[in-house]
Amino acid sequence: MAIDVDLLRGNPYFAGLGEADLEAVAQRMFEQSVERGDMILMEEDPSEAIYFVVSGAVKVFKTSIEGKEQILCLLRTGESFNDVPILDGGPNVASAIAMTPVVLYGMTRTDMEELLRENPTIAMNVIRVLSRKVRHFVSMVEDLSFRDVTSRVAKLLLDYATDHGGPEEGGQRPRLTQQEMAAMVGTAREVVGRSLKVLEEEGAIRMDRHRIVVTNRRALQQKGGVA
Amino acid sequence: MIMFDMPIIDTELCNGCGLCLTVCECGALVITDSVVTIHETYECGYCTECEAVCPTGAIQCPYEIIIEDSFEQTLEQGFQ
Ligand code: SF4
Ligand code: SF4
Repeated sequence: MAIDVDLLRGNPYFAGLGEADLEAVAQRMFEQSVERGDMILMEEDPSEAIYFVVSGAVKVFKTSIEGKEQILCLLRTGESFNDVPILDGGPNVASAIAMTPVVLYGMTRTDMEELLRENPTIAMNVIRVLSRKVRHFVSMVEDLSFRDVTSRVAKLLLDYATDHGGPEEGGQRPRLTQQEMAAMVGTAREVVGRSLKVLEEEGAIRMDRHRIVVTNRRALQQKGGVA
Repeated sequence: MIMFDMPIIDTELCNGCGLCLTVCECGALVITDSVVTIHETYECGYCTECEAVCPTGAIQCPYEIIIEDSFEQTLEQGFQ
């Protein structure tokens, strides 16, 4: 299938390019479709190409030796991934999986390099995109290493928890989404997801569908520094 | 009426992109007239992936937070 130049136009990588330049970009691109659940990239594998999401959603993540997953970002239409290995020649820094059926545009390293040499506008755009990503990851590193997000999530859960025997009718219990919890403790949704998993593994809470059940209040208080 | 234990859709915010449908395996989400509606189903495991992928923030998967620690723990708590 031909590459849709209009889709490229809206991409931050190719902002400000004229028709001829966009055509030159399109010439070098290939299209790839993947099914929901397919691995697009494996961390540490040699890198072949940079990808742009045309449709669908892609999850970029790292896996620890113990098999724990840390989501780095969720990408949708217009966003790129695997930028770094394409520029520094190293292996893939993270894995990527299709959360939905996904259509991607890809470009090999050689083609990308040629394009960057030929076109300073694209080179400047790449710097901008990468700088934005560096900001995102720096704040994530800060959350994960310096600030104890898990203890703040623990404290938040204690503040919002109501007794199981409380009034059922009317559904007046305060309810929080992971997004709201993230905003309240000053972090990203991905980091809250991980904290909830940690608290569950430690036996302080149980995720029970739409309920977060505090199974050990003391453990949660200790974690939240309010014991 | 939508039960409390299903994700909530804000139809004003939904742009009908359909991303949530493709991530969901339970069939609870349906597009009608370019807007997503949700149907109650026990199949929904509250994975919250629909909320995570929605680009407009139209889906919410809120949690109730309840305390259910053991009687012993509650007693111990009381004597602290
Ligand atoms: S992902 Fe969000 S905006 Fe898109 S169809 Fe679903 S609810 Fe609507
Ligand atoms: S929470 Fe998961 S299973 Fe339930 S409607 Fe959303 S995507 Fe489907």
